[in-house]
Amino acid sequence: MADIAFLLLIFFLVTTTMDVDKGLNRKLPPWDDNPIKETSTIKEKNVFVVLVNGQDQLLVEDEYMDVRDLRQAAKEFIDNNGDGSCDVCKGSRDPESSDNPAKAIISLQNDRGTSYETYIKVQNELVAAYNDLRDELAQSQFGKPFDLLGEEAKKFVQDKYPQIISEAEPVSLGGR
Amino acid sequence: MGRIRKKKSGGTPELSTASLPDIVFMLLFFFMVTTTMREVDLKISLKKPRATEIQKLERKDLVAYIYVGTPKNAATYGTEPRVQLDDQLATTQDIGGFVVVKREEINEKERPLMTVSIKSDIKVRMGLIGDIKQELRKAQALKINYSTNPTTSEELFKEY
Repeated sequence: MADIAFLLLIFFLVTTTMDVDKGLNRKLPPWDDNPIKETSTIKEKNVFVVLVNGQDQLLVEDEYMDVRDLRQAAKEFIDNNGDGSCDVCKGSRDPESSDNPAKAIISLQNDRGTSYETYIKVQNELVAAYNDLRDELAQSQFGKPFDLLGEEAKKFVQDKYPQIISEAEPVSLGGR
Repeated sequence: MGRIRKKKSGGTPELSTASLPDIVFMLLFFFMVTTTMREVDLKISLKKPRATEIQKLERKDLVAYIYVGTPKNAATYGTEPRVQLDDQLATTQDIGGFVVVKREEINEKERPLMTVSIKSDIKVRMGLIGDIKQELRKAQALKINYSTNPTTSEELFKEY
């Protein structure tokens, strides 16, 4: 009896896969058959343009950039607080950069030839920029990291730093 | 003729093994319950990208998986990256139907919570991923998850 049980036990031990699925959660915009041209105007300084070409190179705000520097640049942009309406921001208040985190939009566009690896890296760094800022605020306001906050505190932090990442449809430029 | 000898008293008494089957059965049931057989066998080679800002997929029963990568059997399927849905290689046009079928399997109350997990190889070009995303948008499957392996920020930019 115990032998059979052992046999079964070993079988299940071997076949068990305990891997938990992890990944970057994102939300897609709903499909629109005839998209209406956006009429509301967004100031150019409130948009942080990230372009990725078919050779996996980044063009951020018209300048070439390494992926390693993207997080810092995105953080500075989001946290800039140009109009002074954000009371928790520590940004440099550069009038040429974003007004406040609620208005700051990160616009991402990639080429059809961009590799998935680079795309995920860029996504990861942009999400990381928001997560870093939220963590910093959570730490200074509530004394613990964002993940450990209660529902209300989380909502407060999220309202201060809403995640606005807009993705354009990929273009074909590289010919790959 | 054998004689039953009386055990000498003293010394340490033997450990009782009477409860061993119970323990084994308990473990057995534990593993039986937690086991999830691998649902699909991969027809494509898959090396997931790495990321640091990852979240866990909470409810596995609400997740539909889309695999993307180069076919393992290049002689039959070629070397261009393909999409795998369930056990078959498919095209991006099949994704709409696939999502509808998967959505039907979920009980009605929880359908809005359905997530599509994209498990793609790092070498896949974004053109294909973009097409998949368009199909998902058309199928109203807007919650997606890019499946990645966890890593640290130091490791992230190293050669993989």
